[in-house]
Amino acid sequence: MKVKRKAADIVEGDLTPMIDMTFQLIAFFMVLINFAQTESNDKVVLPSSQLVKPPEKALEFPIILHVARDGGVTIGGEEHTAETLGIALNAEISVIRAEQKSVDDANVIIRAHQDCAFGDVQEIISVAQEKQLTNFALRVKENRQ
Amino acid sequence: MKIRNQKSAEKNQLSMTSMIDIVFLLLIFFVMTFKIVELEGDFSVRMPLAGTSNNTIDDTELPIKLRMRSNGDGQLVSMSLNEIDLGTDFDSLRGRVVDLIGAPTPGLDSKPPELKIDADYGLRYKWVIDAITAVSGYKDGDQVVKLIENISFDKPRRG
Repeated sequence: MKVKRKAADIVEGDLTPMIDMTFQLIAFFMVLINFAQTESNDKVVLPSSQLVKPPEKALEFPIILHVARDGGVTIGGEEHTAETLGIALNAEISVIRAEQKSVDDANVIIRAHQDCAFGDVQEIISVAQEKQLTNFALRVKENRQ
Repeated sequence: MKIRNQKSAEKNQLSMTSMIDIVFLLLIFFVMTFKIVELEGDFSVRMPLAGTSNNTIDDTELPIKLRMRSNGDGQLVSMSLNEIDLGTDFDSLRGRVVDLIGAPTPGLDSKPPELKIDADYGLRYKWVIDAITAVSGYKDGDQVVKLIENISFDKPRRG
């Protein structure tokens, strides 16, 4: 007896909901991605405080110094010690002066590791003071507990 | 008229495979690079250059002095505010600051209080931030009651 073969059916799952969800996830992550991570540094874990709040207005002419646990300073992506920091600060100051502003307008933001020695932070402040910088801000994490 | 050999209508289907591949790649990229943003704020520290302050400082204008001592591991061992020992209790420190500046003398043009921190070189930075938090103010519900805003550091204690 001749048996008629049926053509094999192609089983296709409905991918529409999965693609919908995937696009929604991508949209979510794209919206939340933080492009302002340039201020952060992986070597630095900031101490926290209940009193600080994110500033409503960003500080003008910021000079951001990242202080690692071992006291190493990173400025503009370059690593320095307290001894060589002055050279990097000179470069930052010349940028500020090129914009017709004085050193008093600059704000030194210190992002120091919570376990670094306080003396290292003081040394960095001393170097900055030698460059006539007087406005300092100690950056800390907001603690909402 | 009946037309023979009419082809069955072909299904026009777009190939979704490559798009799904790229979409998943994008998704993996965003998941891997996602980082929860921690909110940050600043404590202002006033560090005037030597010789720029007034030379005629009245004794009553001297800043409050906070001395912080550490052990070999950089842990806080003791604190003293104007030579009064406070142990390691930041609540006591805050209470003492409230006592010192809480009742301004009426009729006098009182200047904003100033505090100078003198800490051991090896003291871990987080203890200094805890001290600054304690002397800067406290939270009363959602409101922040400010105490001392003019904070400066003494010279580093090398050696």
